[in-house]
Amino acid sequence: MPVRPTAAPLLLATLLTATALSACGSGSGSDPDTVKVSFKQSTDNSIRVMDTYLGEMKKEFEKANPGKKVELVPIKAPDSEYYTKLQQMLRSPKTAPDLVYEDTFLINSDITSGYLKPLDPYLDKWPDWNQFVDTAQSAAKAQDGKTYGVPDGTDTRGLWFDKGIFKKAGLPADWQPKTWDEVLAAARTIKAKVPGVTPLNVYTGKPAGEAATMQGFEMLLYGTGDGTSDPLYDTASKKWIAGSQAFKDALTFVHTVYKEKLGPDVSDALDPNFPTNVRGELMPKGKLGINLDGSWLPQDWLKGAGHEWPEWSQKLGLAYMPTQTGQAPGKVSMSGGWTWSIPAKASNPDLAFKFIETMQTRANAQKWYIANSGIAVRKDVASDPGYVKAQPGIKFFTDLVASTHYRPAYPAYPKVSTAIQEAMEGVTTGDSSVDKAASGYDEELKTATDNQVIRK
Amino acid sequence: MRLRRSLTRALPLTPAVALLLLFLAGPIAYCAYIAFTDLQLTGQAHSSFVGFENFRAAFRDDAFLNAVWLTLVFTVLSSLVGQNTLGLALASLMQRASKPVRTVVGGIVVTAWVLPEVVAGFLLYAFFRREGTLNAILDWLHLPTQNWLFTLPILAVSFANVWRGTAFSMLVYSAALNEIPKEITEAAEVDGAGGWRRMWHITLPMIRRSIGTNLMLNTLQTLSVFGLIWVMTRGGPGNRSQTLPLFMYEQAFQKSMIGYGTAVALLLLVVGSLFSLVYMRLLRTEV
Repeated sequence: MPVRPTAAPLLLATLLTATALSACGSGSGSDPDTVKVSFKQSTDNSIRVMDTYLGEMKKEFEKANPGKKVELVPIKAPDSEYYTKLQQMLRSPKTAPDLVYEDTFLINSDITSGYLKPLDPYLDKWPDWNQFVDTAQSAAKAQDGKTYGVPDGTDTRGLWFDKGIFKKAGLPADWQPKTWDEVLAAARTIKAKVPGVTPLNVYTGKPAGEAATMQGFEMLLYGTGDGTSDPLYDTASKKWIAGSQAFKDALTFVHTVYKEKLGPDVSDALDPNFPTNVRGELMPKGKLGINLDGSWLPQDWLKGAGHEWPEWSQKLGLAYMPTQTGQAPGKVSMSGGWTWSIPAKASNPDLAFKFIETMQTRANAQKWYIANSGIAVRKDVASDPGYVKAQPGIKFFTDLVASTHYRPAYPAYPKVSTAIQEAMEGVTTGDSSVDKAASGYDEELKTATDNQVIRK
Repeated sequence: MRLRRSLTRALPLTPAVALLLLFLAGPIAYCAYIAFTDLQLTGQAHSSFVGFENFRAAFRDDAFLNAVWLTLVFTVLSSLVGQNTLGLALASLMQRASKPVRTVVGGIVVTAWVLPEVVAGFLLYAFFRREGTLNAILDWLHLPTQNWLFTLPILAVSFANVWRGTAFSMLVYSAALNEIPKEITEAAEVDGAGGWRRMWHITLPMIRRSIGTNLMLNTLQTLSVFGLIWVMTRGGPGNRSQTLPLFMYEQAFQKSMIGYGTAVALLLLVVGSLFSLVYMRLLRTEV
């Protein structure tokens, strides 16, 4: 290997820059009759819910608009890598598709970057827009008051519990805890009476990513206080909240779960593949007592979805996540969801909006909500008995929409979310106390938000 | 006249130089420029020049210092100690082994090297995880088991890198050992030098140059290992296996801070160059 020594650092430099810059996909000339649609393809090859649905939409669109074509551009990646890939594509007109699937988690961030086009001129002329519930209409509304995306459903969160395990532990089949303590008490009972199962799962730590923040931490945090004010972000002063007791209380809950070994083994909980294991293995095999998780779980258990488990509705029960001490409104849920947006650098925006209209006819929207276990954001669908009866659990999760919370999804949010995961991870492993983890969060928060912090 | 001739001679080189400038120097220069800005992947309308702020931030950041430390541990353990010594040991043992043994051992070691990084990562993840092969073996031997990726993450990923990268050292050293003239070793043997003495006084000095080159290439390759660690631990639990490339990825792509991430990449480049300088010094002194 006679490589000259001086060549090596240069080589390294190239490798590094290549890593940093390998953003560019294949550029392509824009064809005025083709609408390019980017979406997130599941990393699990057996799950093809979205591929199938979009395939049908493509056929319908091409039939109704002769001469026009839809080109589907799947991006096969886990959530966090999908965002990265998408943002890199949106930077340049050469790579920007005509329509993108955006998580409401990041949409404000991408709007601030100027990646997306305001849709108001289109929405004003689109009668169906009035069918969308208010919260959904504002899901992709930016601080400038313009709307940048059409939501294709939302999600809510609650407690899934295993009726078989509950029976063995002597707990009721129509369980509905009123306070955090009652949740912990049930987990303790399971731990004592049903050996060999995990009593309670609360996602935690950086490996679980946004699942830890949203399904785990925020489901606790938003159940503190009076239930109306936002415990993360102070809207009046437009600042992020540091040093709150609510934050420490939520951390204490996580700490208790893992310290008392009510949760999964810490090393499992911090395994990046854990969320997949929960849905694919632990729950179907009856190894998990209570799971704090989202409304979309049955998506993985439907026929043809990979981990078929049609009996889930008999085996599992659903309960609302209670507020901390049972104070009003009594239950908590968080909502997010995805929207269809048009990139600022798209070459065929008009055609792209036409495709949104095709996907969001009443019939197609309903088809999609049912296919992906989504929660309806269209009023006409939500009240349709066909939708309500399509799947067990849909009514439970749709009713939660009334008392749900949305994240303060401002540009700093992704960094704030990472800081939350770090604090959770600290108390989960026992590396730091609740106080230390909370003050670590306060420090991180200052950096993440450019010191836009208020103490409460 | 003379000038024209040298110009004519230089002409065929122009495309190569142009390509180098475009694809090598260009990205590096762009990279260096970004490192001095606060460019973000998203969440920002305009980026601006911030001078040395990214570098100052890095040295104030505990997570960065932690990553530097782990990178050194990972490099010394897996490259300097692991791949290098094991590669040399395998190469010298194989000098004496019979042909079938040589083929089989060589084949196995090289397979580990040929595997794509991500595949190797998954294999070793399966080996070290709680229900993995290693624990199955330990359990069979009635030894205590544990989740290695959780208790000793940096050791686990270092081992993985040794497993994957030893073939390279083995090949380099096999070639070097083959070039030692037989007469010298035989002469030493006749003079009564034992195995260790021959190794220390003859073999090592004679393959000195290969050792230097091998160390340098190994180190530089190890410094930039990303996929292997990403697949096995994602730098966790906590930040306990987060080496500089993973730290860089987190800052640039997960926290969207491209400017800061690029500054860290430049610092990684500096670490690589420092190692290279040390090795080049070692190489220069002739026997």
